[in-house]
Amino acid sequence: MTTSLSYSSPKPSGGFELWAWLFMRLSGLALLGLALGHLVIMHLLNNVDAIDYNFVAGRYVGWFWRGYDLAMLLLAMLHGLNGARTLLDDYVPARRRRAAVTLLYLIGAVFLVMGTVAIVCFTPVTAPHS
Amino acid sequence: MWYRGGVGQWSWILHRVTGVGVLVFLCLHILDTFLIILGPEQYNHIIALYRVPLFRVMEVGLFASVLFHALNGVRIILIDFWVDLTRFQRRLFYAEVACFVVVMIPVAYLMLRPVFGW
Ligand code: HEM
Repeated sequence: MTTSLSYSSPKPSGGFELWAWLFMRLSGLALLGLALGHLVIMHLLNNVDAIDYNFVAGRYVGWFWRGYDLAMLLLAMLHGLNGARTLLDDYVPARRRRAAVTLLYLIGAVFLVMGTVAIVCFTPVTAPHS
Repeated sequence: MWYRGGVGQWSWILHRVTGVGVLVFLCLHILDTFLIILGPEQYNHIIALYRVPLFRVMEVGLFASVLFHALNGVRIILIDFWVDLTRFQRRLFYAEVACFVVVMIPVAYLMLRPVFGW
């Protein structure tokens, strides 16, 4: 049994795993602002009654919110995927682990591309009044 | 890997469960947002689903999951980079839970108020 004082993954001694460990903590700090900010803006100050096509079109006129959303998408997906890889390491039997991690990365790549396309390529058409 | 008993066990399990839960929601959220490429009808149709009362309650659960994971993540980072704090390990976790409760009560009220007409 390996444990660490913070009740999380122990700090690896080097190589890729050390970078991954560091990335989890740094992306976590960035997501603290990005993800909590997103929740407060979209679910507290606004809410799902207000959010529709026109709302997004207005928000995506400039590049600021597109950039914000793109940074959040990228960091949250990579942080979440690396976290999921930790779980596969812990719970998938060794002989199936490689296949499981490969599948995880493939699925993750599809979602990353879809999210990026939506944020970057969206050009509003005139929306019907609701 | 397993932490036996007490505060550490709970914070570790909750960090995993909330992390995976939020990741699953993130993937769903990418799918619904992607429909914006197809046009207003398609996007507004799928977004309307989030206005169903059951979904509004689950939305509070999503907020709570991210908030707990974020606060617990800060505790992990503080201890990993500032080892002296391990002496206050237990108290740090209780402080985290206190922050969580203090923030979640008004948040849950504000998020559910329009749904139930409070
Ligand atoms: C809001 C700010 C966030 C902070 C401060 C944060 C912090 C952390 C930290 C420090 C870890 C590493 C734990 C370890 O090494 O054992 C971690 C793990 C993880 N995080 Fe986050 N995170 C945040 C947001 C997110 C989001 C948005 C997702 C989902 C996309 C997510 C999913 C995960 C998963 C699945 C794990 C792996 C759990 C485990 O290894 O037990 N996190 N988080």
